[in-house]
Amino acid sequence: MSPNLLALLPEIILTVGGVLIMVAEPCLTPGGSRKPLGWLAILATLAAGAASIFQLGFTKSAAIFAFYGTIQVDPFSIFFHLLIAAIVLCSLLGSLDYFEGATNHAGEYFALVLFGAVGMMFMTSATELLMVFVGLEISSISTYIMAGFRKGQATSAESAIKYFLLGSFATAFFLYGIALAFGATGSTSIHAIAAGLAGTSTPTLAIAALTLIIIGLGFKVSAAPFHVWTPDVYQGAPAPVVGLMSTAPKAAAFAVLLRITYSAFGSMEARWTILLWILAALSMTVGNLGALLQTNVKRMLAYSSIANAGYLLVAFTASADRGIAAAAFYTATYAAMNVGAFAVITQVGGFNESTRTLADYTGLALRRPVLGALLSFFLLSMIGIPFTGGFFGKFYVFTATIHSGNVWLAVVGLLNSGVACFYYLRLIAALYTRRETAETSPVTSISFPAGLGLAATALATLMLGVLPGQILHLAGRASWSITSPSAARIGAAAETASR
Amino acid sequence: MNLDTSILTLIIFAPLVGAIVLALLPDRGKTMQWGALIVTLITFGLTLHLPAHFQSGMPAGSFQFVTDLPWIAAPAIRYHLGVDGMSMWLTVLTGFLAPLGVLASWNTISERKKTFYVFFLLQQVAMLGIFAALDLFLYYAFWELSLVPMTLLIATFGRTAARRDAAAKYFLYAFIPSAMLLVGMIWLYAQTGTFDLPKLASLAASHGISSNSAALWLCSLAFLLAFAVKVPVFPLHGWLKDAIAEAPTAAVMVLAGKTGLYSILRFSFAIFPDESHRIAPLMIALGAIGVVYGALIALTQNNMKHLAAYSTLGHLSIITLGIFTFTIAGVDGGIYQILNHGISGGALFILMGILYERYGTYDMRDYGGLAATLPWMVTLYVITTLSVVGLPGLNSFVGEFLVLSGTMQATIAEHHVLWTVIATSGVIFGAAYMLVMIQRVFYGPASNPNGSAPRDLDAREHLALWPMVAVMVVMGVLSPYWIGSIDPNGVAISHQTSSSTSAPQQHFRRAENAPAYARDITSASATQGVK
Repeated sequence: MSPNLLALLPEIILTVGGVLIMVAEPCLTPGGSRKPLGWLAILATLAAGAASIFQLGFTKSAAIFAFYGTIQVDPFSIFFHLLIAAIVLCSLLGSLDYFEGATNHAGEYFALVLFGAVGMMFMTSATELLMVFVGLEISSISTYIMAGFRKGQATSAESAIKYFLLGSFATAFFLYGIALAFGATGSTSIHAIAAGLAGTSTPTLAIAALTLIIIGLGFKVSAAPFHVWTPDVYQGAPAPVVGLMSTAPKAAAFAVLLRITYSAFGSMEARWTILLWILAALSMTVGNLGALLQTNVKRMLAYSSIANAGYLLVAFTASADRGIAAAAFYTATYAAMNVGAFAVITQVGGFNESTRTLADYTGLALRRPVLGALLSFFLLSMIGIPFTGGFFGKFYVFTATIHSGNVWLAVVGLLNSGVACFYYLRLIAALYTRRETAETSPVTSISFPAGLGLAATALATLMLGVLPGQILHLAGRASWSITSPSAARIGAAAETASR
Repeated sequence: MNLDTSILTLIIFAPLVGAIVLALLPDRGKTMQWGALIVTLITFGLTLHLPAHFQSGMPAGSFQFVTDLPWIAAPAIRYHLGVDGMSMWLTVLTGFLAPLGVLASWNTISERKKTFYVFFLLQQVAMLGIFAALDLFLYYAFWELSLVPMTLLIATFGRTAARRDAAAKYFLYAFIPSAMLLVGMIWLYAQTGTFDLPKLASLAASHGISSNSAALWLCSLAFLLAFAVKVPVFPLHGWLKDAIAEAPTAAVMVLAGKTGLYSILRFSFAIFPDESHRIAPLMIALGAIGVVYGALIALTQNNMKHLAAYSTLGHLSIITLGIFTFTIAGVDGGIYQILNHGISGGALFILMGILYERYGTYDMRDYGGLAATLPWMVTLYVITTLSVVGLPGLNSFVGEFLVLSGTMQATIAEHHVLWTVIATSGVIFGAAYMLVMIQRVFYGPASNPNGSAPRDLDAREHLALWPMVAVMVVMGVLSPYWIGSIDPNGVAISHQTSSSTSAPQQHFRRAENAPAYARDITSASATQGVK
């Protein structure tokens, strides 16, 4: 197999799957069930995940380089490929029945999910900043549309417009940063930038470039102070979409940020560490304090996702060998619990999202014990209770940063997790409190695919908390492919050879 | 598989398996009660394996029934379990109280029984894990885990509408210092590369953890604060009253005391000997103040549960006082008193729960003259009360005496005699409020709060209370049996942390040529008449 084909195998599979869905959609009877298309999307995602595992076999000694060195498939990108495939899989399982009968556009939704995944996977394997930008746009445009999928609702339209406007604003920052990086080093390749910056006394232009790139990606991962769009967008967008877009694009953006900071601008680590220290502390604090004031559950989880972006940014203040692995692990745990929580919300609210506020959730666990217990479990994981993934995620992040001597950032972070437990607990307590008024909404049973998705996320959260060894090993390999100097050398060599 | 190496794992996971089974069984009739009772009895039976096969006379710092398996490769976290004399008896105590807690909740918890017993069993898992874990990380995992079922028990099964506030208060009080504990733990790991307690302790003994004494001091404070809140030590007791007032009986029995004090003894003292020594005068003072403060506030309460809450504060303060003297008598007595408080306090809460079950109030002003109609109840109530106030011949006397005599020997606090005097006066107040409670509830003009027909203890309640009374008497009379296995802890702690200051006392010990407890018990029995 040619390296070009091999390197993009998962993306190609997903694209073919998405196109097939688009072609098949008009052939189905109007108004009929679009579930077969959903299953097709699930199949394509599974195949893409299998293809990523297949790629892993080729990366034992060196990464796969393709398309003139602009694509580099290494354990790092494969880690995120698998993570994105898993997130997409669970979201698809959870949303199979969501659109059933509620909208005529379910088919497009399944295709858009796949196209979005293509963009995200592309971002994590591209080592050429313009390629990263292409991937970013592919993923963003898909998610802009998905955010507005409940067209009848004003909040959903608001959500899509806000996400679109601020998102394009952010990509503009990112593009500007790329341009300045080109000005500073004469190249837009990550390896070439690293080579160009090595040994120089950090030109001002490079600092400006990195700052703009961080701002652009900061918007995407909703780090404070670039977070203002998050609550409105999450509140308005459909619940399964929020589960997806609060995890997968963020994972991809964090992967890019990891590559750019530790690899391209690795020689300036002392400078960007300060910047990310501030972003991390600010995001954690703003996110958690903001969440305290929310009564709408989706808004609360939106602020919680800002705080989680902060925890993740803490990993960037650590040295490369620990920080990258910790960040990768945290992304996985956050994805498991957040996709799980939104899968429960999807089940509880349905397409019309009749269940929104804390008051609506009161007594949920008494009416629907399984959903209540699962939501409580995911929330406990977000608090960081032991034997859940969230605990180990926080543990590794803070261990990494304390090893680099940032004890005070760890103190800020853990005090924040103390604040955070208040609003998570408030929701858990509400779930188990008897409601005064009589029950009105009918209890629907959980469909098989949704149950499968929920079980998968819950199991993942539990396994990450009890036996994190395997994922940690993968994360360690992923971090090695960035930190190891030989990887960069080979990358640079492949690039020059191909030119 | 060798039972001795797997027994602790069995003990910890028996309630977990039980909880899972209960969660799957239908909540019908008395299924949950019987299920929980069987599970807790099995667990208790397993814990009895420990004292039966415990080898006494082992040197301090050696653990028995050890399991040591790798759990996570990097960072190096091990599944390391083991007990010594102190944690063995705490494990047995936890196992002992659980079936009694189930019996006490038999009828009180009438709805959502499944939730209650599942949470109750999970709480058992966490507590047993705390006492057995020897890996700092594993310990922390159980420590944090113990918060969740307790908070949910209070929030879901609390008595009044204030239960959610009480639960939130409990959780926040415990969780925020625990977060700092985690920072301290990770810092220790960054310094030493291990979470293993025996390794850390031996490093600490050779001053090998860190040369940065300021950082070490902050780290020790993070540990101590997290533990002291959980005890609670005097100014940190804000959560105690509400939590005790709201929590159902079975939860109250395991709420305060044990885990926090154990953690101080096990982790603060072992990892930070010098720092613990340095802060001891403050802790002694807080302990003495707590004794008096708790007693004085208890005197003014009308609500029995509030009274019991402040009484708990007073008794835990005595233990804090004792262990921070770093004398053999003080530490031995403190550990013994942790066990006693579990028994006597537990019995008191069960009795109060029984009264509440019958009359629907904890307010003492509504009661009066019950002694005439409820002979068994008053008998057991009085015995328990006498045990709580430290009547010679019952268990608490031994512990309190050892603690107070330890404070007299203490050489670290400059005004130690003053603190002894203050703490002893608190003991007198303690007797006062407890006896006043008896007087108000059981004697005086008859008053029946809700007019229900007098109903004395039934068979189930007898079954829940008599084992405790028996243990009170046995522990009061045969204390050397327990103190024999606790003593190595006392010796180790008083040696390790006071190498320079307590030389005369060790000299004295050699001259006696007998275990410390023997001497103290002899003198204790000699002074029984005085008290």
